[in-house]
Amino acid sequence: MDVWSAKFGGGKGKGRNIFWLLWYDSNLRLRIFFPEKMARNKEALILLIDVGPSMHSVLPEIQKVCSLLIQKKLVFNKYDEVGVVVFGTKDTDNDLMKEVGGYEHVTVLQPIKVVDGDLVDVTQQLPQGTHPGDFMDAIVVGMDMLIKKYQDTIKGKKRICLITNAMYPIKDPYEGTKEDQVYTIAEQMAAHGMKIDCIIYRGDQNPVPHNTTIEENDMLLSIFSKKTKAKAVHVESSTSLLGALRTRNLAPVTTFRGDLELSPTCKIKVWVYKKTSEEKFPTLKKYSDKAPSTDKFATHEIKLDYEYKSVQDPSKVVPPEQRIKGYRYGPQVIPISSAEFEAAKFKPEKGVKLLGFTSASNIMRHYYMKDVNIIIADPGNKKAILAVSALARAMKEMDKVGILRCVWRQGQANVVIGVLTPNVSDKDNIADSFYFNVLPFAEDVREFEFPSFSNLPKSLQPNKEQQEAADKLVMMMDLAPAGKEEALRPEFTPNPVLERFYHHLELKSKNPDAAVPPLDSTLKRITEPDHEVVSQKKLVIDEFCRNFELKENPKLKKSVRRLLRDQKSGSFEGQVGKIENKSMDIVGSTSAVKVGTIGELTAVQDFEAMISRRDSPEWVSKAIFGMKNKVLDLVENSYEGDNYPKALECLVALRKGCVIEQEPKQFNNFLQHLYRFCEEKDLKSFCEFLASKDVTFITKTEAEDSDIADKDARSLFVKAET
Amino acid sequence: MDVDPDDVFRDEEDDPENDLYQERQSSKELVVFLVDASPKMFSITCPGEDEENTSHFHVAVSSVTQSIKVQIINRPYDEIAICFFNTKEKKNLQDLNGVYVFNVPEREQLDNLTARFIKEFDRVEESFSKVIGSEFGIVPGSRDNSLYNALWVAQALLRKGSAKTADKRILLLTNEDDPFGNIKGVTKLDMARTTLQRAKDAQDLGISIELLPLSGPNEEFNVSTFYADLIGLEGDELAQFMPLAGERFEDLNKQLRKRMFKKRRVRRIIFTVAGGLSIELNTYALIRPTVPGTITWLDSVTNLPLKSERSFICADTGSIIQEPPKRFQTYKNEDIKFTIEELSEIKKVSTGSLRLLGFKPLSCLKDYHNLKPSTFVFPSDEEVIGSTCIFIALHRSMIRLKRFAVAFFGSSSRPQLVGLVAQEEVTDGGGQIEPPGMHMIYLPYSDDIRPIEELHSDTSGMMPLANAEQIEKATALVKRVDLRDFSVCQFANPALQSHYAVVQALALDEDEMPEIHDETLPDEEGMSRPGIAKAMEEFKICVYGENYDEEEEKAGNAKGAKKRKTEEAAVSKAAYYDWSKLADDGKLKDLTVQELKSYLTANKLTVAGKKEVLITRILTHLGK
Repeated sequence: MDVWSAKFGGGKGKGRNIFWLLWYDSNLRLRIFFPEKMARNKEALILLIDVGPSMHSVLPEIQKVCSLLIQKKLVFNKYDEVGVVVFGTKDTDNDLMKEVGGYEHVTVLQPIKVVDGDLVDVTQQLPQGTHPGDFMDAIVVGMDMLIKKYQDTIKGKKRICLITNAMYPIKDPYEGTKEDQVYTIAEQMAAHGMKIDCIIYRGDQNPVPHNTTIEENDMLLSIFSKKTKAKAVHVESSTSLLGALRTRNLAPVTTFRGDLELSPTCKIKVWVYKKTSEEKFPTLKKYSDKAPSTDKFATHEIKLDYEYKSVQDPSKVVPPEQRIKGYRYGPQVIPISSAEFEAAKFKPEKGVKLLGFTSASNIMRHYYMKDVNIIIADPGNKKAILAVSALARAMKEMDKVGILRCVWRQGQANVVIGVLTPNVSDKDNIADSFYFNVLPFAEDVREFEFPSFSNLPKSLQPNKEQQEAADKLVMMMDLAPAGKEEALRPEFTPNPVLERFYHHLELKSKNPDAAVPPLDSTLKRITEPDHEVVSQKKLVIDEFCRNFELKENPKLKKSVRRLLRDQKSGSFEGQVGKIENKSMDIVGSTSAVKVGTIGELTAVQDFEAMISRRDSPEWVSKAIFGMKNKVLDLVENSYEGDNYPKALECLVALRKGCVIEQEPKQFNNFLQHLYRFCEEKDLKSFCEFLASKDVTFITKTEAEDSDIADKDARSLFVKAET
Repeated sequence: MDVDPDDVFRDEEDDPENDLYQERQSSKELVVFLVDASPKMFSITCPGEDEENTSHFHVAVSSVTQSIKVQIINRPYDEIAICFFNTKEKKNLQDLNGVYVFNVPEREQLDNLTARFIKEFDRVEESFSKVIGSEFGIVPGSRDNSLYNALWVAQALLRKGSAKTADKRILLLTNEDDPFGNIKGVTKLDMARTTLQRAKDAQDLGISIELLPLSGPNEEFNVSTFYADLIGLEGDELAQFMPLAGERFEDLNKQLRKRMFKKRRVRRIIFTVAGGLSIELNTYALIRPTVPGTITWLDSVTNLPLKSERSFICADTGSIIQEPPKRFQTYKNEDIKFTIEELSEIKKVSTGSLRLLGFKPLSCLKDYHNLKPSTFVFPSDEEVIGSTCIFIALHRSMIRLKRFAVAFFGSSSRPQLVGLVAQEEVTDGGGQIEPPGMHMIYLPYSDDIRPIEELHSDTSGMMPLANAEQIEKATALVKRVDLRDFSVCQFANPALQSHYAVVQALALDEDEMPEIHDETLPDEEGMSRPGIAKAMEEFKICVYGENYDEEEEKAGNAKGAKKRKTEEAAVSKAAYYDWSKLADDGKLKDLTVQELKSYLTANKLTVAGKKEVLITRILTHLGK
């Protein structure tokens, strides 16, 4: 289309030409483009990614977070549309360059389209650029794409997401100052109902080349926050970069709209939303493989069917509508129909009422019961905003909190008592508000008593040196050092489990047998202490460790399943195993009155004694566990098969025990494991030995829970022979 | 190792079985109420609730009734016996005179409470004189000693169960401070001595005897006459006994229905502190929302319990199948399958223990950093000696430096970041209000936090902001409406209390549904006190201006006007069609939803729903 060049031709050169934006605005009604209609509640998003040389180090994280965003859209919002623009590239590829000139080093990697697998791939293979990027050029290109595609439809659903370090100066405008130009762009953005999220990444190690540039850029970007629905966040670590981009867009819904009643005569119009709400692990459907593989339309879904049967007479099926709820009253169960309950039940009136104010210190933090609500003034009511502002600021100043009684909806069966805390805004375009946390009722608190620390014996109390070492540790292992980004801020910490699930999902979509990916180093910084910090603070940590002594309780009878010191050598599991074996040998050889472990010489007898102990249900699993280890030990430490007969004896005893205790799976899985173990460890001779001695799986006839049919009892060895 | 498929998906917090387990664990109490039924209990009266005089016997019986009604909900596993002494009739295993053990059929004398037992005891007064009868049991000239007999019967009842697993108590309710007052000489001394000996024997067996004395209006119960020796009061205890006794009566009558839990750790965890140093902690659920007890489904015809059976049906073939080993997620139009093992591996991002990551100032813990009730942690040296010492050292440092610990808790259900907030012990009058230890606060992840504040940000850049005067008025208001004595969890949950009351009323066939007092309502009377009302009014005028209420009304009217306008438009639009004819010809479906809605609006019907629903609604309205 030549409209642009006709009107604004000659825009090539150094400056940025944004006149088209204004021109476009004044000619809105010309409808020279044909905007596409989108379904309601669908979002159109442009990812603007700085791939300039200074960003190369974090491109892997950017790829991760962007592909996660696309992936979540594929699962939850599969009609959303996304475009991808990178800037700082060697080449240039965008409409504006062709139409009006300029806009160099901005490449449209992917024009706007409905999310699909290709988009995931695009975001996972971002090119490495060669030039310092000009983020303002990129923003204008992004706006242009959105305007051309949707014009002024889907207001409020158009979003631009900019990821840059904003370290290099942007071009001067064609006319006027940079500031003026950004104002114009921001105004246009607001006029078209676009939002912009800026994530400004400044790794803390990066050298800071031009301080004035950074200041100027930050100032320019902050203009967006003032003029549009925009958010700018600064992050310093790759972990927070992963958490900084909201990967799932949920339309916020109010829990309540109405009056916050300070008294029957004095009310404030408010809206209530959820401030936090747990993003759950996706609920996967159960998979049925019953449909023939030729059936292309098979859903593979599984329906659940519930039948209600009389406890006395299991053959009698009761239809669901014939059921009635019963509640315990002492030893009896009292049937109560829903109608009876409905008639008598507690029915509070909808409303949010103030009970009064109290000192903030009166409400301890650990009494917060649930996810958190936010109470804002009715956004259309200026006076309500003022009232909330006055109250919030007064409360904050006096360190007071409010106590509210809330019934969010008419017909709700309970009331909620909670604490109202002020949330005073530090931005002049964001209103003051309140947070609301639910508090427990008298019935919800269990009054358990615990010993006072000061009454504990001296030996359990830290001495002066120990206390000093602890003080140092608490001071030095500081996650929020002054002048630096607070590490692991919940706002910027991604959920490692969900990251890993979606990563695995993507891998599986390409290879169904893909293994669960390991947690990468960026996410490990959430689950484990930062190695860098640990090595920096090594002196303090070592001093702390030197000051305290931990030892295993000698009075402890049962085998210790826990690790004491997670020594640097040896993995977690390995360590547990070692302790287990050690204690087993010690106790086993001195054979206590009641057998609690499996000994060296009397393994079979010990096992039989343990598995038949009835003083705790745990003994069965302990005995089985111990015996399994014994067998593995014997086989592994065998020299030219000298331990095989003994191992066989143990295995036979284990099999017998598992049949008696009806634990067939324990044995069958173990036998399989043992078999594989021997194959891997070059102990094939033991497999042959077993086959010759006819040790078989526990079959269904021997134990109901077994999956092995009689004919398959020997299947393990049959396979070995072929 | 096998993975239980349910385990992977189970949320440990709301595990119903866990709850049952806790109930079973509660230590039992065995209680015998000994109620004096002598004529003196009937003759002496005291002012009752409604200012009318009621007998001591009535007071005693109704207190016991109240108490057992609460007990059946709070501690359903306790075992109770009620026995009267100084009765005409006798009913007890030892066949002793003057003692009558109250009971109902199909129940042992000392047994769990049942609805029938409570119901009949509630009516015991109606037939008392006929069936049981009142008679002095200690009279001159007879060797009978009803008090002695009563203690003996109670002790025999409490022989059940070992003293280790159960608390055994005898609660004695009487208004006679001198039971042997009308006996003279050696006989009196002898009777008193044997009675005290009997009480001592019981106490030696681990049974505690408590006295709930009733005082007449002109006659203070003198505990030192006899009972001080019986229950073993000395010195200060003696002086404080009578005032405290009044409170205990109150307690019997006004107990909260609240299920009791025995202190039980949720689990034992390993806390990896630093440099490979790991200590042992126990976790406890101190605060959890209480829900009405578990529902048992019954067959409404027979009232017999039902069990539910779940079966899996393949949606494609309709065949019944075993619980499948795989789950799937539709992604890029494909079914991506996961095994249970893979899913649990995905969730296993750390070793299951609690790992310290570092410390932050308490100010970093925001009010919105919360998802669910906190968990309490307390150190244990059971397996690893030295844990407590390290824990206390960290605890003290954290309190002194006003910092909390950030740790990663690798639980199997939801591995997440937690904040550990050190809590100092708080005591009040000898009782522990806050135990010392740390509270584990579950922190949200970035995607759990919603940016609501920015949702309505003002693009013109100028959000209204309260001025100094307005804040000052608000300050005055906050100062006025001050709940000085507020303590967290001072309120009973009205919904729960009403639930218990309904179950009780239906179980006991009570005629009236009990009224539940909702303590959570604001104190309107207090709010209307002149000082507060004035502060409210000043605040209101200062932020809203003089005529806010009227403006509001106008705004409301404006909305109303708009609504009226649309209604009028709808009426005129609806009039365009012959609805009845359209309905008869089955042509309603050819109209657009907008057109259908015009009819509904014009006739003041709801306009919600799908097209078919709208058509049905129109047809119903037309009477077709």
